Amino acid sequence: MSTLKTLNGNQTIAEAVRQIDPDVLAAYPITPSTAIVETIAKFKADGLITGEFVCPESEHSAMSVCIGSASAGGRVMTATASQGLALMWEMLYIAAGLRLPIIAAIVNRSLSAPINIHGDHSDTMGARDAGWIQIYSENCQEAYDNFIQAFRIAEHLDVRTPTLVGLDGFIISHSMEVIQVEDDQIVKEFVGEYQPVYPLLDTSRKFTVGPIDFTDYYFEHKRNQIEGIENAPPVIEQVGKEFGEKFGRAYGFFEEYRMDDAETCIVVMSSAAGTCKDAIDELREEGKRIGLLKPRVFRPFPDKKIAEALKNMNAVAVLDRCSSPGAFGAPLFTEIRNALYDYDQRPKVVNYVYGLGGRDIRVEHFKEVAEELDKIAGTGKVEKIYSYVNLRE
Amino acid sequence: MAKLKDLAKMEDRLVAGHGMCLGCGIPLIFKVVLRATEDPLIIANATGCLEVCTTIFPRTAWNVTWIHSAFENAASTIAGVEAMYKALKRKGKIPKDKTIKFLGTAGDGGTYDIGLQALSGTMERGHDIVYLCYDNNAYANTGGQRSSATPLGASASTSPAGTQSPGKLQWRKDLTKILAAHNVPYVAQACPSRWQDLYNKAKKAFEIEGPAFLNVLCLCPTEWKYEESKGIELAKIAVDSCVWPLYEVENGKYKVNYKPKEKKPILEWIKPQGRFRHLFKEENAWVLEEFQKKVDEEWEELNRLASL
Amino acid sequence: MKKETWKELTIGTINLDAGNSVKNLTGTWRSGHKPEFIADNCIQCFFCWLYCPHFAILVEDEEVIGINYDYCTGCGMCAEECPSKEKSIVMVKEEIKLAEGGTT
Repeated sequence: MSTLKTLNGNQTIAEAVRQIDPDVLAAYPITPSTAIVETIAKFKADGLITGEFVCPESEHSAMSVCIGSASAGGRVMTATASQGLALMWEMLYIAAGLRLPIIAAIVNRSLSAPINIHGDHSDTMGARDAGWIQIYSENCQEAYDNFIQAFRIAEHLDVRTPTLVGLDGFIISHSMEVIQVEDDQIVKEFVGEYQPVYPLLDTSRKFTVGPIDFTDYYFEHKRNQIEGIENAPPVIEQVGKEFGEKFGRAYGFFEEYRMDDAETCIVVMSSAAGTCKDAIDELREEGKRIGLLKPRVFRPFPDKKIAEALKNMNAVAVLDRCSSPGAFGAPLFTEIRNALYDYDQRPKVVNYVYGLGGRDIRVEHFKEVAEELDKIAGTGKVEKIYSYVNLRE
Repeated sequence: MAKLKDLAKMEDRLVAGHGMCLGCGIPLIFKVVLRATEDPLIIANATGCLEVCTTIFPRTAWNVTWIHSAFENAASTIAGVEAMYKALKRKGKIPKDKTIKFLGTAGDGGTYDIGLQALSGTMERGHDIVYLCYDNNAYANTGGQRSSATPLGASASTSPAGTQSPGKLQWRKDLTKILAAHNVPYVAQACPSRWQDLYNKAKKAFEIEGPAFLNVLCLCPTEWKYEESKGIELAKIAVDSCVWPLYEVENGKYKVNYKPKEKKPILEWIKPQGRFRHLFKEENAWVLEEFQKKVDEEWEELNRLASL
Repeated sequence: MKKETWKELTIGTINLDAGNSVKNLTGTWRSGHKPEFIADNCIQCFFCWLYCPHFAILVEDEEVIGINYDYCTGCGMCAEECPSKEKSIVMVKEEIKLAEGGTT
């Protein structure tokens, strides 16, 4: 039975894990994702899950265990954050190269130095070329819904690509929210039976996984890998639609908020989108024709769809919770601006970096951005293409 | 007692056409160890000589299920495979009466150094696996850089002998004892020159429930710089000089498996190997003395532990 | 050998053709010395089989019958470890054959 429960972000992930009951769960605790691992451990201790729980000595080993387990032929998940994801880095690429549909809940947190435990997107954005599908969540409900859908997407035989679901450290991971938790059996049915592809444990076949390629094969294997994530968009769309039919909450690649007659737009992902919606509402009250576009799927990047949604704007501000030192703008900005390049008529696009290390972004900050957008829309001129929000200058 | 004639009848799980060097010790180890279980076997192999020389795509020398993921994680990779085996068995997806054995393996680089943490974790968690280190005393796959298994005084490319240096300045890490300190059911040190001992140890390692560790000295003519045909002779000297003693630690109890009737001086081990050539310069005499002293001390300590 | 296009490869960098390295004839890089098997001297101890790194000892009906030169790299361990009174494997000099088009 679908029920309302008061859970924080970490608990919603754990709840989904309990319902899906993956075969192997391997994770190393790290703030702010620790509670996911602890709750899974307790589920195991209380017999609420039947999978094997492995608590390795590091995140590198956690991902290595996931790789071994997924190759062995079963459903596998992990959870981590920040430095933990950074320590997994090497293995992220290998999970993708071996086409293993491992699911990771990533509680987004800043990267050292300086050490900081709060939320930003430096961890997963740094992993954006690792070959993983990346889905971001605005709130606890989305984290729960995205995590369930991730298994269907990653394990689809055309895709077979590891998938991470991001939720903002503390802001979501530690905030209580009333969420709709679906019926255990219906969630299980939605996710379905795992279909192994070349499982090591089928010892009737002997084969070699992860051999060395020289210059004559590496390129072909890499192209073969890329095909998996390129096959993902229709699957993501289908799964999001089916999820909506089943549970009443449909998902696409991004959410458009009050975009119908908008002339300017703010693009922002994850928890900050919630605050932005409040700002948009207030600005609309003031008569501003502004909307919000909240990307949900960052990899594969839905470039055409986003460009279509933004091409008629006068000005767009892309907000990144991550910096890309020395680059021409932060990751989300460069993707979006690039997606618009082929359109003859396209908006001016500016970039704001916000919220590093958990720095607040409040309604008034979005209003400041909106004001700047108005100015750009009015003059057709961009004074500063790259700025910071709520930073002491 | 296993007979070679009978072992030869068994199917090769590592086959011809691999690209390992002339006189390489790795195949000699695996020829014996992979015959020590008749159960289906899954191997996780770290990056290194063995992995590179056996799997250059589209060819593979493995006639057994095999996976490579990275350099430092053979232990955690095989632990993951074993965890899935346990999970699927419990869920009834693998028949209860089916037994599969799991082997993680790496050289000394992937074991003593970069893979030590993953190995330690895997041992501590009690996965039912065997881990085999083929210790050729260097990062041989990449041209012979020092490892923490490289002996004192050996010239390696990152601990070269020079006018101001006698080669590697440090004594090697005693990995077998580190593994014994994990209090796992079975830890052993073996050498391919005594194949029966190696076979027995591998058999025991596969049969024992829980983690088992084998540290096997691995000939490397390329990096040790000796005449490759003389490899087994050299391996015998390693054992007879107590440079590489054969022992096992079963449930915490040390047992020396072979005591040379007459302990050979370390010079017999050192002389044939080009990596030690510079030690015969006058100014490096202290290294030879130190080497002998350390070997004697370790041998004495090992016998003391075995007498407890 | 025709090389696969990226579409033809098995997904996940997997080689399904177990043990196909036997197509690599390592004997082509033999050292310049090769072992010769003298059957009459052989005591069937199998040490040569045990100590051959390149799986080049021919065994038939439980007996060592010779050397497989397709794989033998000429390291000489078999001859060195042969314990029979009169060696049943001896190393002999071999004319080095270079790849096609080369000369000795």
